[in-house]
Amino acid sequence: MSGPVKLRIGFIPLADAAALIVAADKDFAAGEGLDVELVREVSWSNVRDKLNIGLFDAAHLLAPVAIASSLGLGHVKVPILAPFNLGLNGNAITVSPGLHAAIAAAADGDIADPKVSSCALARVVRERRKAGKDPLTFGMTFPFSTHNYQLRFWMAAGDVDPDEDLRLVVLPPPYMVESLASGHVDAFCVGAPWNSVAVDLGIGHILHFVSEILARAAEKVLAVRSQWVADNPGVLERLVRAHTGAAAYVEDPANRDEVAAILSAPNRIGVAAEVIRRTLDGRLKISPSGAVRASDRYLLIGRAGDARPDPTQAAWLYAQMVRWGQAPMSAALLAAAKAVFRPDLYDAALGGGHGLPAGEPADGIGAFAGPAFDPDNIAAHLAIWPIRRGD
Amino acid sequence: MASNKKPGPGGAARTAAGGHPLKIAIVDESPIRAAILEEGLHDAGHGDVVRIADMTDLLTRIYAVDPDVILIDLENPSRDILEQMLQMSRAVRRPVAMFVDQSDTASIQAAVDAGVSAYSVGGLKKEGVKHILDLCISRFNAFARLQSELERTKTVLEERKIIDRAKGILMKAKSMTEANAYALMRRTAMNEKKKIVEIAQSVITTAELLK
Repeated sequence: MSGPVKLRIGFIPLADAAALIVAADKDFAAGEGLDVELVREVSWSNVRDKLNIGLFDAAHLLAPVAIASSLGLGHVKVPILAPFNLGLNGNAITVSPGLHAAIAAAADGDIADPKVSSCALARVVRERRKAGKDPLTFGMTFPFSTHNYQLRFWMAAGDVDPDEDLRLVVLPPPYMVESLASGHVDAFCVGAPWNSVAVDLGIGHILHFVSEILARAAEKVLAVRSQWVADNPGVLERLVRAHTGAAAYVEDPANRDEVAAILSAPNRIGVAAEVIRRTLDGRLKISPSGAVRASDRYLLIGRAGDARPDPTQAAWLYAQMVRWGQAPMSAALLAAAKAVFRPDLYDAALGGGHGLPAGEPADGIGAFAGPAFDPDNIAAHLAIWPIRRGD
Repeated sequence: MASNKKPGPGGAARTAAGGHPLKIAIVDESPIRAAILEEGLHDAGHGDVVRIADMTDLLTRIYAVDPDVILIDLENPSRDILEQMLQMSRAVRRPVAMFVDQSDTASIQAAVDAGVSAYSVGGLKKEGVKHILDLCISRFNAFARLQSELERTKTVLEERKIIDRAKGILMKAKSMTEANAYALMRRTAMNEKKKIVEIAQSVITTAELLK
């Protein structure tokens, strides 16, 4: 037998890198004969480029970036495969105390309901325009990000045009909190732990968990180049098995303290274990006054079916790229997008196929607005929405 | 080959599509590296260089500078902010990532290895930007070499200090000459297959414990 297979895997310090970090730091990877070196990165552009040129064997990647790379949108075209979801959901929308008060005052009902909050946001936007004030600015993490599409989906459902009525700006996650404090942005959508950090500092209110907007949204995937899969037969299966073990370990409440401690290390996420623990538990302080919101859908990592890639998710993300003018509409691109998410590779590693577990949305998405999503009819999905850029 | 009208190799790189001198923005939080880069660009005939060190409201700053080429350090998280510029549907002048050219993976590899990324704005010719990127790669590499040399010098100095202290301790404790104290540590290091600085450090630690 030769020695363990050496792998370099890039990640961004976020809570949904949990399975990746635990796989490497808790011997799940070693158990599969993999010697994983984790490399912490500072930007999604870096993770994408280093994966694309082969400096990384695999990466913690925004699900839409895997699709954009495969379709050659905005950058070099490199076919990427996603055999494993590292996390579903997990983002939240945080607003400044001023904007929170304005939305609450304009609301016709409970602002915990995204239908109510998005309509209230539309009123706030109109009032500001009438008063001659600058448009609101929302921060998100990357042009091809779930955060971008989740914010847009939510606000456009309330009749706010995300390109005309306010400004959406990209901010690296570690700069979000500072930008909210300085008033550079009025709100942001970002993954854990940054929403909690803003609330703890008393400068933000969590308005929504994104799971209130979409019940089931592929967030980060374990991404590999399809060429790498061809060049390294058998390694992907081991990688998937190692991460399956690690994700289940993260999921077990009995291990949460240990997992939070592992993730809090300075060379991993580098944020207090207690804050990470809240994220893993889905119990978040949502206002500086101490109010808590709990959801068992806040961040999904290791329950049955969470990690299995679903091409419907890829189709939904591609539909958003078309809706907001990032990609042209074509049957070939839709098929290529779906082919990035590979449940067959997941099944091959673990044996047996699995559908969506009970209790999950029937269309695989569970959006708060609009009819059920049909992955084979993107045009119908787009036609519903009056606010859109492309097709 | 360049025609006679052109001012030499890379000369085509010095003007933008409109004929005005190229304006280059360097986004780098390291003032030393930015200065080294700027100097290199000046030497290559690029006089119009703007350094941006403050990342607050970066896009607005970039729009105000209105550069033809943007250079950014890969260790800078703000690279993702620049990626947004590639996506803006309504931007008049739309930047293009230097890496978009599919064929040139060697260039991408060299840039990523060196830690620099380039974006061109407007109708710049690929060769022009490539010339600038190549220059930046060599400057970034030179800076990295300087830094590692500095680190090495620092380490050597630190190690010498430790060995000198240990020598002093041995000379006093065992009434040895300096040469003998050094020889003793060297011999011990060889016997234990360790570095002499490690032996010196244990001499110091032991002496402190016995104080």
